[in-house]
Amino acid sequence: MTWLFQFWRSSIGGKVIMAITGFLLFGFVIAHLLGNLQLLSGPDKINAYAKMLHDLGPLLWVARIGLLAIFVLHVATGIRLSRANKAARPVPYAREATLQATFASRSMVLTGLSLLAFIVYHLLHFTLGVTNPEHYARKAAGAGGHDVYAMVTTSFSNPAIVAAYVVFQVVLFFHLKHGIQSLAQTLGLSHRRFMAMIQKLSFLLAAVLAGGNAILALSVLFGIVKAAQ
Amino acid sequence: MKVVLHIWRQSKKSTQQNFAQDGKMVRYELDHVSADMSFLEMLDVLNEQLTKKGEEPVAFDHDCREGICGSCGVMIDGQPHGPQRGTTTCQLHMRSFKDGAEIYIEPWRAAAFPVVRDLVVDRASFDRVVQSGAFISVNTGAAQDANAIPVPKPDADKAFDAATCIGCGACVAACKNASAMLFVGAKVSHFVHLPQGRVERELRAKNLVAAMDKEGFGNCTNQYECEAACPKEIPVRVIADMNREYLRSKIKEEPPSNKRVGGDG
Amino acid sequence: MKLDSNIPGGPIQEKWDTRKFELKLVNPANKRKYKVLVVGSGLAGASAAATLAELGYQVECFCFQDSPRRAHSIAAQGGINAAKNYRNDGDSIWRLFYDTVKGGDFRAREANVYRLAQCSVNIIDQAVASGVPFARDYGGMLDNRSFGGAQVSRTFYARGQTGQQLLLGAYAGLSRQIGLGTVKMFSRTEMLDVVLVDGHAKGIVVRDLVTGEVRSHAGDAVVLATGGYGNVFYLSTNAKGCNVTATWRAYKRGAGFANPCYTQIHPTCIPVSGDHQSKLTLMSESLRNDGRVWVPKAKGDKRKAHEIPDGERDYYLERKYPSFGNLAPRDIASRAAMQVCDDGRGIGDTGLGVYLDFRDSIARLGKDAIAARYGNLFHMYAKITAEDPYSQPMRIFPAVHYTMGGLWVDYNLQSSIPGLFVLGEANFSDHGANRLGASALMQGLADGYFVIPYTIGGYLAGQKAGAVKSDHPEFGKVAGEVAAMTKKLLSINGKRTVDDFHKTLGKIMWSKCGMARNEAGLQQALREIPALREEFWKDVKVLGSDATMNQSLEKAGRVADFLEFGELMCRDALERRESCGGHFREEWQDEGEAKRDDEKFCHAAVWEYKGQNQAPVRNTEPLDFENVHLAVRSYK
Repeated sequence: MTWLFQFWRSSIGGKVIMAITGFLLFGFVIAHLLGNLQLLSGPDKINAYAKMLHDLGPLLWVARIGLLAIFVLHVATGIRLSRANKAARPVPYAREATLQATFASRSMVLTGLSLLAFIVYHLLHFTLGVTNPEHYARKAAGAGGHDVYAMVTTSFSNPAIVAAYVVFQVVLFFHLKHGIQSLAQTLGLSHRRFMAMIQKLSFLLAAVLAGGNAILALSVLFGIVKAAQ
Repeated sequence: MKVVLHIWRQSKKSTQQNFAQDGKMVRYELDHVSADMSFLEMLDVLNEQLTKKGEEPVAFDHDCREGICGSCGVMIDGQPHGPQRGTTTCQLHMRSFKDGAEIYIEPWRAAAFPVVRDLVVDRASFDRVVQSGAFISVNTGAAQDANAIPVPKPDADKAFDAATCIGCGACVAACKNASAMLFVGAKVSHFVHLPQGRVERELRAKNLVAAMDKEGFGNCTNQYECEAACPKEIPVRVIADMNREYLRSKIKEEPPSNKRVGGDG
Repeated sequence: MKLDSNIPGGPIQEKWDTRKFELKLVNPANKRKYKVLVVGSGLAGASAAATLAELGYQVECFCFQDSPRRAHSIAAQGGINAAKNYRNDGDSIWRLFYDTVKGGDFRAREANVYRLAQCSVNIIDQAVASGVPFARDYGGMLDNRSFGGAQVSRTFYARGQTGQQLLLGAYAGLSRQIGLGTVKMFSRTEMLDVVLVDGHAKGIVVRDLVTGEVRSHAGDAVVLATGGYGNVFYLSTNAKGCNVTATWRAYKRGAGFANPCYTQIHPTCIPVSGDHQSKLTLMSESLRNDGRVWVPKAKGDKRKAHEIPDGERDYYLERKYPSFGNLAPRDIASRAAMQVCDDGRGIGDTGLGVYLDFRDSIARLGKDAIAARYGNLFHMYAKITAEDPYSQPMRIFPAVHYTMGGLWVDYNLQSSIPGLFVLGEANFSDHGANRLGASALMQGLADGYFVIPYTIGGYLAGQKAGAVKSDHPEFGKVAGEVAAMTKKLLSINGKRTVDDFHKTLGKIMWSKCGMARNEAGLQQALREIPALREEFWKDVKVLGSDATMNQSLEKAGRVADFLEFGELMCRDALERRESCGGHFREEWQDEGEAKRDDEKFCHAAVWEYKGQNQAPVRNTEPLDFENVHLAVRSYK
């Protein structure tokens, strides 16, 4: 364990942990999107999917705890690294300039913390039913307690909620756009040709993912996916 | 031409932890600046005038004035070595500035580079990192014939591209995290592309990263400001090389030998 | 002054082996009891410090820069010679030896030069083993190029940054020893005096350039590797910090100073652009491999270069020296440039410049090939001058570059003070009156890696380890003198700045003791310099305190020494009534070619300090040429 802890404490070790946990979280977000896209095929598909997940029972909890651990590690390491970074430059410059850093790369901490806030809200909203208990109640009311379709479509009929979700997809886009290509650099891929490809791929994946999520919310709002009665 | 300078003045060495109160920005006006002057020659002129007025001249590091010793380096309007890419402060010329320009001149800012005086910083942290492993452990006299081991030209070129580092510290100055990873990456990359350097690659990567962390440099967040600021245009590929080498060394690291993994058998 | 060159007997090929066997050895277990102080961390200093520490000695190393990696060896561009004969083009140790003796215009010590040529091959091996990324061909083997003054390809290079790569190799070795605790490194520390106990060098007094503290360091031997004195001219290709202080103060303690008038004027530098100029930038001599040097045939021809047809161009090096052409040795090429400018055919606004033209090479080899060879140099030229050397010829002019003179040393590199060893450019031994291109790096590393580790053992073996400590009264006395000089400089508070004095001295030196010298000019300089020195000590303005970093104070001390040294240089130039290599006396010439006087001057002139306001004494060490016979140097 000391080996692992020392690795985590080192600068590059910390970065590698960020990269690996980031990659796993990215994998989760993809799976999350693919699952949710079933919304577009109507209530039966998505509700059956929800039931299937729920029926996993203890396995679901293992997955949830694992995901939480990865998430906590990602956030905690990120906080440790950014605190160290602040300490490394105790006096700021009177004049600051940016030479070639992208907006996405410069705002990783900001986008990261925003996403943390959003995820908390997202969980309170759909998983725990705290923010809008009336939406959550609709889930329990139909389809054997798994009427996810009703819950989601009711929520996304509210323009304010959709606006919040879309804004955070933009934040997610920037976080991933830098995060994905950063991962390759951190894990030591230094081939010039592949690096150029990965930068493009990074943009594409981030756009598809954030776009896919946003489309789900927007398609309910604009009635492409019919809200449950 | 005429310029207005805002220069960081500090009379005493900062402690390990730099403080903003250690000095302040002071405004100077300077006339009759020629476009053919180098930036440092412009500071020379300022210093001559200050001395004649009885004010202490601005201290700044410089030596070769041909862009190779790595002594010079100041932050010019928030850019290490100023606006021209691939150029050290000593080779920057005043023709890069407009007549009447206001120019902000500051020392490198990093916890690992305490300010010594005015624009002079202490970069001994770089030397200590090098001392921890940026070398090949060969004693004088032990070398075989220079052509005994062929080195593929692309490898030699890659090693050279990294070895061209002048140790000026612009990468640290440019990085918003004051990270030294371009500098340290250049050392790792230089040696790992040569067969002679591969013998002790694991130990080197591990020791260099440990020494770098100990000095209080920040972490790389892959913004690549260092690459844009580097007067020798060292690519960030060297940081990927270092990351890979470090990972490799940690994976290959054996547990201490008194703990037998397999038990008695 | 007794000058025993201490050259071993026997045929020249066996002298070094003979000496290595003759030298007494220090028992490995006793080595750690001896402390060696190495001043300077360039190629010679860094390689010496690292190698001595590897052998087991305690080493303390000093440099005035903020890191040992910044010593001015770093700026050498072109390459390093070695008699490897990898090109199969007829090179050998003997040929390198022969070329160096001849190139030095028969004013070097044969035995030293032969040893240098022998060591050259080991240097390349050592550098490659320590990770120096020399240029290679596609088969993975080391590449070579030919370099000024040689007709074989024996120059190893790392693009245009060979000095940097070699220094970083030596610095890496030094850093390794610092990390191991065998070398204690003192950077931002300037040596201000050497301390003698019973006639032996047993320590130094230094000033910490950050805190201002004056400190004493005792050791069993002192090694000076403090470079050359080109900055006596103010404008030179040397780094701003290069100075004569360490060697000058050693001279004043009794070390002989040999041939101070031998200065090398490098033919390919960027011309001066204005009064503000603080230094001159060298364009590597390697450019002369593909560039052709010319001026217009007509006086005062102010047309642009491309408007002047071939028939109206004078490719004067090719015309005067058909067999060497543009690759003629440095002193010859510099003098030829000066002659065409004196003739009124110089180019540029000042008329002090000649063209170095790549038009024909670009046409022959293509722009890409030229860019691959010299890209970084072209880039540097464009940055400084804002002109594009691919489309118009470079403007170049000679500038002070290297100084062949230095502290006198015997074959073991020991000065006339026992226990004081001098390496690299700081000594006088290997280059005679002119240094060939790519030989400075070779000499610095040969001295540091392969000579001093043997010869210093021979001295130390006869010394009791750690006999002198820094509490010896002599240290207090010398440190007091050093502190007093600092206080004096700060107390004058006159009107003229240090740089102002330095520039004035530089102008005197360049006009009277520069590329061409004559009796009247030198006599005049010998009147002007003492007057300037007197004014300096009355009217210099140095602000601030001696208890902090004070860059004006550092400069003031160095310029004070240059003001004394410049006089010795002129005196040496005056007394050497012949022309040889970099020393050109107008009275001794054959239509512009240097004319030696072997009858009277086939010797090294070694100056002995006799005290303030006393004339120094000129001693001589006769030079014997048994293997390369004295001949008129011809490159025609």
